[in-house]
Amino acid sequence: MQATGLHQNRKLWNVRPPKTGVPARMSVFLLRRCLTLLATLVGASLIIFLVLDALPGNAAQMLMGADASPDAVRALTVKLGLDQPLALRYLHWLGGLVSGNLGNSYAYGTPVAELIGERLTMTIPLAILAMGLTTVLALAAGIYTAANHNRIGDVGVMSLTQIGIALPNFWFAILLILLFAVKLQWLSAGGFPGWEDGIWPGLRSLLLPAVALAVVQAAILARVTRSAVLDVLREDFVRTARAKGLTKREVLWQHVLRNAMIPVLTVMGLQFANLLAGTIVIENVFYLPGLGRLIFQSIANRDLIVVRNCVMLLAAMVIVVNFVVDVLYAVIDPRIKVHEL
Amino acid sequence: MLKRLTIIALAALVAAVAPASAQSKKDSVVVGMTLEPPGLDPTSAAAAAIAEVTLYNVYETLTKINEDGSVSPLLASSWKASSDLKSYTFKLVKGVKFQNGEAFDSAAVKFSFERAGAANSTNKDKALFQAMEQVAAPDAETIEIKLKHSEPNLPFLLGQATASIVEPKSAPTNATQPVGTGPYTLGAWAKGSSLTLNKWPDYRNAAAVKLSKVTIRFISDPAAQVAALLSGDVDAFPRGTSARTLAQFKADPRFTVLIGGSKAKTIVTINNKKKPLDDVRVRRAILAAIDRKAMIEGAVDGLGTPIGSFYVPGSLGYVDTTDINPYDPEKAKKLLAEAGVTTPLQLSLRLPPPAYARQGGEVLAAQLAKVGIVAKIENLEWAAWLSQVFNGPHDFDLTIVSHVEPFDLVKFTEKNYYFGYQSEAFDKLYQSIVDTPDEAGRAKLLGDAQRMLATDAAAGFLFQPQWITIINKKLKGVWKDVPQFENDFASWSWE
Repeated sequence: MQATGLHQNRKLWNVRPPKTGVPARMSVFLLRRCLTLLATLVGASLIIFLVLDALPGNAAQMLMGADASPDAVRALTVKLGLDQPLALRYLHWLGGLVSGNLGNSYAYGTPVAELIGERLTMTIPLAILAMGLTTVLALAAGIYTAANHNRIGDVGVMSLTQIGIALPNFWFAILLILLFAVKLQWLSAGGFPGWEDGIWPGLRSLLLPAVALAVVQAAILARVTRSAVLDVLREDFVRTARAKGLTKREVLWQHVLRNAMIPVLTVMGLQFANLLAGTIVIENVFYLPGLGRLIFQSIANRDLIVVRNCVMLLAAMVIVVNFVVDVLYAVIDPRIKVHEL
Repeated sequence: MLKRLTIIALAALVAAVAPASAQSKKDSVVVGMTLEPPGLDPTSAAAAAIAEVTLYNVYETLTKINEDGSVSPLLASSWKASSDLKSYTFKLVKGVKFQNGEAFDSAAVKFSFERAGAANSTNKDKALFQAMEQVAAPDAETIEIKLKHSEPNLPFLLGQATASIVEPKSAPTNATQPVGTGPYTLGAWAKGSSLTLNKWPDYRNAAAVKLSKVTIRFISDPAAQVAALLSGDVDAFPRGTSARTLAQFKADPRFTVLIGGSKAKTIVTINNKKKPLDDVRVRRAILAAIDRKAMIEGAVDGLGTPIGSFYVPGSLGYVDTTDINPYDPEKAKKLLAEAGVTTPLQLSLRLPPPAYARQGGEVLAAQLAKVGIVAKIENLEWAAWLSQVFNGPHDFDLTIVSHVEPFDLVKFTEKNYYFGYQSEAFDKLYQSIVDTPDEAGRAKLLGDAQRMLATDAAAGFLFQPQWITIINKKLKGVWKDVPQFENDFASWSWE
């Protein structure tokens, strides 16, 4: 007896790719992916450079401020190399990128790589923490509501997610601060102490921001999960599995979930990319030293060398996240072959 | 056993969750600051935040500008000026060391001032140091400065952050590893987040410094500033941006609210070079259209003192000039008609980001509309404002900004400055102020200068802003008035 649609299909599909061909196709796939990555980055670099260069004002003027003597501003312009022609500055930057030397921040005077690295030690843990919370909340809510479709629990939880989606996360963040920092004084209202004093103080400071970010994202993801699970529940193989005597729970956990994961994973990939770059509002509310604020401040200060490199990094990260999601598709659903993506 | 374990676990949890700031209050303080400094060398970069962190803390100057704007000895024990105010002799304090162990002497002073005035210098006050014809060090404890023109305010000017005394060997790396003669050294700096200053045990007057550690947190969002204070995360927030929540802090017994004067002047800059603003009647009409009281209410929630010229109360020779072009919309309309201006007159009003400018801009536009002037508001970010309005093409009719430099009447003599003001009479008057050594004579001339600018309606002089500092009630020694941007942490202590 053939068990489920999934297993049935795997047998059929396995016939096609000859075993020896798989590694070769995999490397072609990787090569193609790398080339796309490179082309995207080069294109992005050109656009980033030109767009940022069109901004009025420059770093020397910003650093020296309004009251500085014009002579001093000129001296700084030369010192920062801002007086060189456009093409030369672009090539200089590209050369730096290739050789791994990102240059020094105009404002801080320290290496850009160091600045970005410092920010990533906060941004990445926050993104992971928020994504973890999002996943747990969303999957629990999504599966629960789908399994109890149209019952009171489903309606209740789905109304909550409706509220969650409507909630502006910065406002929710302020509510969290008012309760946990101002009223109860359990957690600090913001800031990030770094990881030097151990993991706990760092995690503690990321707790509220992660919750503020996760609630809104989880609401969205829960709805996606629910509808994906509901779709799969209507499939023929679910009926077959039930017919062969599996309990509802067994069908749900063994067969439905895995099949429902593709859209969920797609949304998760988008959300994670967003958490890496798009958390500036939350960073501001909690005054966290994240990547988003670094970019924002650097644009305001015309510290364009930092902006350019940050945006390049984000572009690369988004491409990598997408790549990981694609690979995960194949892991979850063996019918999908990596080299066909 | 199990019960005890539970209790221990619970205790650990409570300890972990309890606010960390509750302990070790006595000798450390957490201070909030709106902007983060870009680097820590005030002699080569201009941001006010650099001085707020370093001045009198890490670096010291020959003189010290006090809370009331007076000048007292710091690294110089005494000084003498020649009768023409063109040369000054400073006697230096003996036995002072830099934080890297090097000795402080006249050579370091000479080096600092010559570096600040060098051709490739990026010192904000480069012009001041280039006006020093000669800086001589006849012996280790004496500095003689010869100026190209007389400068009555030199002792004050040398108390600013731009005149910080640096040590020759460490000077190039001061932006990241500052070395001065002050009571604090840089501990750690987590960029974008916080910075700590540690008490320097070898400071010459270390016993008087009460706080052994100062942590500065950078919080730009006004709502976050309020939350940080209320939750006890920060003990003090000098010059925060939370005017709208003042009542809440005044009512809270945990806090002291300090409202202090400044040397700043918030003005409507009128582009004197542009038609029809080159006509003094049109400028007077603009001033007559402005109700300063309503402006102060709308722009800064009432936290300002009206001014009628480019000078603030409490300074030498201050005269009240607010009645020279008083609020009178009818007169404004008449003046416009006299000048032959057809209303509605369209003017551009290009505003920088601070709240006082954006809110003040709305008030100004509404007030001007009543006399037939349509001000088209355009909001700019700082970089754009600096490159288009303040510098470059001076592409604007009106703008609002706060001039924070003390004693900068000289700006009205600069021909390419964005005021666009040109007056030979004022230039002459200013020169005679500079050339008058005796204080009484200078005070009289300063009064004349203020009146001249007000009569010429050289700009729409609005108000002297006030800074709000909110501190924990138990924190003592925090300055109320700040003649310049600084925090004298050495004078702070816990009750």
